[in-house]
Amino acid sequence: MSTTSAAAAAPQPIRAPAWRRLIGFNLLTAVILGVGGYYLGWWIGHLINGPSFEYESATDENDVALLLGYVFGVIGFLVGLGFANYPISRLLGRPASLREKESGGIGRYFGLCTDHKVVGIQYLVGIGVFFFVGGVNAMLIRAELLHPVPTLVGPNQYLSLVGMHGTMMMGMMTSGILGPFANYFVPLMIGARRMAFPRIEALTFWLLMAAGFILVSTIFFGGFPTGWTGYEPLNDEAVMGMDSYIVFFALVGLSMAMLGLNMMATIITMRAPGLTWSRLPIFVWSVFATAVLMVLAAPMLIATLAMAALDRTIDTSFFITGGGGSSYLFENLFWFFGHPEVYILALPGFGIVLELIPVFTRKPLWGYRLAVSGMLGVSLLSFFVWQHHLFVSGINADLRPFYMLSTEIISVPTGFIFLCVMGTLWRSRISFSVPMLFCLAWVFNFLIGGLSGVVLSDVPTDTGLHGSFFVMAHFHYTIMGGLIFSFFAGIYYWVPKMLGVRFNEMLSKAHFWLMFIAFNSTFLPLFVLGIKGMPRRVSTYEPSLQGLNVWVSISAFVLGFSMLIFIYNVIYSLVFVRKPAEANPWHSKSLEWQVPTPVPVNNFEQIPVIDHDPYDYGTPVALGGGGSQPAPAGA
Amino acid sequence: MSSEPAATPSAVDPEPNHTARFAVLWVVVTVIAIPLVIWVIGPLIGAGNGSDQSAAQGTDYTVLAVTATPVLTLVMLFLLYSVIFFRQPKGQMLEGPAVRGHARVQATWIIVTSIMVLGVAVFGTVRLESADGAGSGSGPNPLTVPKGSKLPVQVIAQQWLFTYRYPTYGGVETTELVLPANQEVEFHVTSLDVIHDFWAYKLGVKADANPGVDNVAFVKPTKLENFTVRCAELCGIWHGYMSNAGKVVTPAAFETWIHHEQTRLAPATKVLPKYSTTYLPEPTRRGE
Repeated sequence: MSTTSAAAAAPQPIRAPAWRRLIGFNLLTAVILGVGGYYLGWWIGHLINGPSFEYESATDENDVALLLGYVFGVIGFLVGLGFANYPISRLLGRPASLREKESGGIGRYFGLCTDHKVVGIQYLVGIGVFFFVGGVNAMLIRAELLHPVPTLVGPNQYLSLVGMHGTMMMGMMTSGILGPFANYFVPLMIGARRMAFPRIEALTFWLLMAAGFILVSTIFFGGFPTGWTGYEPLNDEAVMGMDSYIVFFALVGLSMAMLGLNMMATIITMRAPGLTWSRLPIFVWSVFATAVLMVLAAPMLIATLAMAALDRTIDTSFFITGGGGSSYLFENLFWFFGHPEVYILALPGFGIVLELIPVFTRKPLWGYRLAVSGMLGVSLLSFFVWQHHLFVSGINADLRPFYMLSTEIISVPTGFIFLCVMGTLWRSRISFSVPMLFCLAWVFNFLIGGLSGVVLSDVPTDTGLHGSFFVMAHFHYTIMGGLIFSFFAGIYYWVPKMLGVRFNEMLSKAHFWLMFIAFNSTFLPLFVLGIKGMPRRVSTYEPSLQGLNVWVSISAFVLGFSMLIFIYNVIYSLVFVRKPAEANPWHSKSLEWQVPTPVPVNNFEQIPVIDHDPYDYGTPVALGGGGSQPAPAGA
Repeated sequence: MSSEPAATPSAVDPEPNHTARFAVLWVVVTVIAIPLVIWVIGPLIGAGNGSDQSAAQGTDYTVLAVTATPVLTLVMLFLLYSVIFFRQPKGQMLEGPAVRGHARVQATWIIVTSIMVLGVAVFGTVRLESADGAGSGSGPNPLTVPKGSKLPVQVIAQQWLFTYRYPTYGGVETTELVLPANQEVEFHVTSLDVIHDFWAYKLGVKADANPGVDNVAFVKPTKLENFTVRCAELCGIWHGYMSNAGKVVTPAAFETWIHHEQTRLAPATKVLPKYSTTYLPEPTRRGE
């Protein structure tokens, strides 16, 4: 504790020797304490749940030890990073410090830092790494599906790949936009100097990283066979790898709930003077709607997984029919979280698309209020649709018309978003920059995703499609086509501000076109496969479907290759060429572009006073285009 | 590329009437597309007409596809039209018109989409509650039950196979699903361990098998054919292999088959547990 407070106090002219700097609260200590905590938990687990206990004697598995190992490991990791320092020093009556380690060089990125801009970049890189891991899993799945019978991996490994791909993507990418872009840009967009709870902000990131490693560690414990849904009682039967899934998702839920709470608090309390709710950038609105979902949905997930962990360790029977529980209970609880979850993934994408399109069409956002009500409407309705995942399960069958109706009603507020996009595009001046291309692709993809969702929301047709590749194609169109395309739009749009360097235009366009074409070529045929009756999550299928599967696999490899172009582009443009970006390359009128490019630690010298919304584009109607350059500085 | 109307002199030249042009384009394309959807794409989607339910689902697919077509063409053509006609001239930085909304367009959009959605929901509900929509697992006490005499067949799922019991034939349990044609069948789907899903693709039947739950689905097979039963809910490592064969035969052939099975399996039937809608399973735990 003394080292950190000394470092934060004043810049020291004489630096300590290198080895001395390794001691203290940093990533190295965190890893050491994390590993130590893991073995401590493992040891305690074996004390509690000794060899006399039936599981261990029969299967050589000890869920108690593994769960405790994970929990203690995470605690050790966080303590090592320095998250305990502040609460402890406050308990000891020391004065409060508002921020930590916000100055300094590259080292800030490898530890606890409360600067929202550092956390944003940490998120971008951290999530990017796990996105890559999830993507590699997808490539392996598609490689396996080249043949109608298993050739590459066994059935257990196959299910583990499917589970890891799904869980990694659904877990890590929930913060895919809120993590990097909302953390970085919400304070800038609302004219604030920081987030409401900077320490919690840092904590959400490091929790997510710990979670990611825990999920990957499942391969050492036999993987898990349930896919990302983790249905009981299969969950209860599964080997120890299942515990990795449980801890992973619980930590993701914790991170999500805190991230959402932080966003809500920031947006509600820290807006600059004059930034009324009706002047809020639409991206901030989408973050707000998402944050509400996160705060309300994620605790349900944590509770559900706690019950699952208790079933697995101390033989409670929440979900075990023979013991008085119900497999329906898990399905209900899981989807009560799970459906808001998919809108947690989709909503920030709406925000990015609506935020970017005015910039690249030189028109104000068309139908601002409609867009806001669309997002809030989606957010509210998403809590009333969860049983559409259970249409054929026999649960509450008489209520199916209600869930059919509520699910279909969600397409009304979603339609608002499309109308706003279309209204903005109408008679606009589209410039086809890479972020804009991704936004237009979003419209294309999400429309297909949305319309295919209507077919799934109808019980009679869902009877044929439930659990088939059609469902898979549908949610990849909404999540990959929606979230990931808008994620890349955000990267190409905002990274010049975040890192101060420009992407290579040609490589970026190559990435876009290859990704867009390969994406559609991968997932459109999956609709056909689903209609032809190919179930999800199997490595064996009818030989007659092989042709289409080979097509899909090859397209998927091209899609994976397009990601390699992106990675090459990142390394080439951001590491080697480093062409400096202008402060406002897109001539945006939004507040985040009006600050200088390495954004100062305090963001704004003076908190701006806002007197209009950030979509002050366009010339007054009936005068025609006058070629007026936008003013360099708004606010 | 070639069409860049109203680039610089837009203040002078009146722009073409985009609204009218687009409306005509949309109507024309939609009018061409809808018959294609009905008569070309429609028959391709769905699982064929192996049963009343499957055929009805085929109709539902077509109705929904037709409903979606105007929306699909509207947005896609709009995207295409905008991308072609509303470009920023090269090297310039022109501003678009500062229009922030249009109350009548917004109101129309809200009303039209709401009506469409309500229509789809009402259609779905009517179809679900009619006998045609009964192929989905509807819980132990379905709200609507097809009329007429029904042949009860119990589907018992366990890791990783399906077996079938015919309670009206002495509770005989077979490993093959044989159904008489043109006879309403009442499936009682249940599981002995984890969640499975009974999916007879060609018959348009899908019902989850939950332990301790009796999930009822109805089907009326109409075509003499072989079909495959697959598990459609991830149930463990051999999930992908959990399938078996079934066939629809004439009622006479069915009677012959079931009586043959009854005598052949009589010793096994004797030791089976008494027929019951659910078999409360033992807790499935590892190491047991």
